Amino acid sequence: MEPARAKSIDTQASPVDNESVLVAAARAGDISAFEALVTRYERKIFRLAQHITQNTEDAQDVAQEAFLKAFEHLAEFQGNSRFYTWLVRIAVNQALMKLRKRHNKDVSLDEEVKTEDSVMPREIEDWGPSPEERYTQRELAEILARVIGELDPPFRTVFQLRDIDELSTEETAEVLGISVPAVKSRLLRSRLKLRDKLNRYFQRGVPQ
Amino acid sequence: MNCKNVVRELSNYLDDALDQGLKQSLEVHLEHCEDCHLLVDTTKKTIQIFCNSEPLPLSEDVRTRLHDALLKRLRRPKD
Repeated sequence: MEPARAKSIDTQASPVDNESVLVAAARAGDISAFEALVTRYERKIFRLAQHITQNTEDAQDVAQEAFLKAFEHLAEFQGNSRFYTWLVRIAVNQALMKLRKRHNKDVSLDEEVKTEDSVMPREIEDWGPSPEERYTQRELAEILARVIGELDPPFRTVFQLRDIDELSTEETAEVLGISVPAVKSRLLRSRLKLRDKLNRYFQRGVPQ
Repeated sequence: MNCKNVVRELSNYLDDALDQGLKQSLEVHLEHCEDCHLLVDTTKKTIQIFCNSEPLPLSEDVRTRLHDALLKRLRRPKD
């Protein structure tokens, strides 16, 4: 069967070649080239920050700090990964710092998480017509933001990186400082929980 | 392969990371178990909906603030 995530990450259809030209220009100090990169990725970075922090004001700060940090550290960008993946790493770290500060306690991402309890799906129902047909883009985005916000930080962060920003399992483990098995078990549990939560919007017979 | 094993291997199956033997026995189970078939299908859709969703445009206000703040900082001469 086809992997669930068959789609290319770059939904804005911007050629990677063009991206490397912009990155090179920005590295040489061209602020307008960097601004073009910001324009390209600001929506995704803002969504990532919003999903992790669950706070609009914090998300704005995170996006701003992440782009600024990226510009200041462009010389360290090796070009081994995509610029976007590198940017995501910076943004996630900023978002987690914000989250910890806001909660005034350690939001631990390396705590032992029990994965066996409540992992079994509760309701198994067929879904009705394609959710994209049932809801507008805005309604769908709001539903997705709401359900991901109901997950605890260790789970929503892993899901965000793996299934929305499409980092590999290894990259996700590295960025979050947790083991590969921990990424896998949290991802499984996140996917199952989100499926359960989306049931209430998408199952057949739910009125629009 | 039983239903519990399907749940355990679900992510690996959806990520196409199962070895051939396990994948085959899981698929044989899916052919006969409606609940597991639906579980696999709706979990796959869950991932696709998130993966395919476009982030909403930033409001003009937020966008202006972000760009203005960045330009202000980036144009500032280094100490």
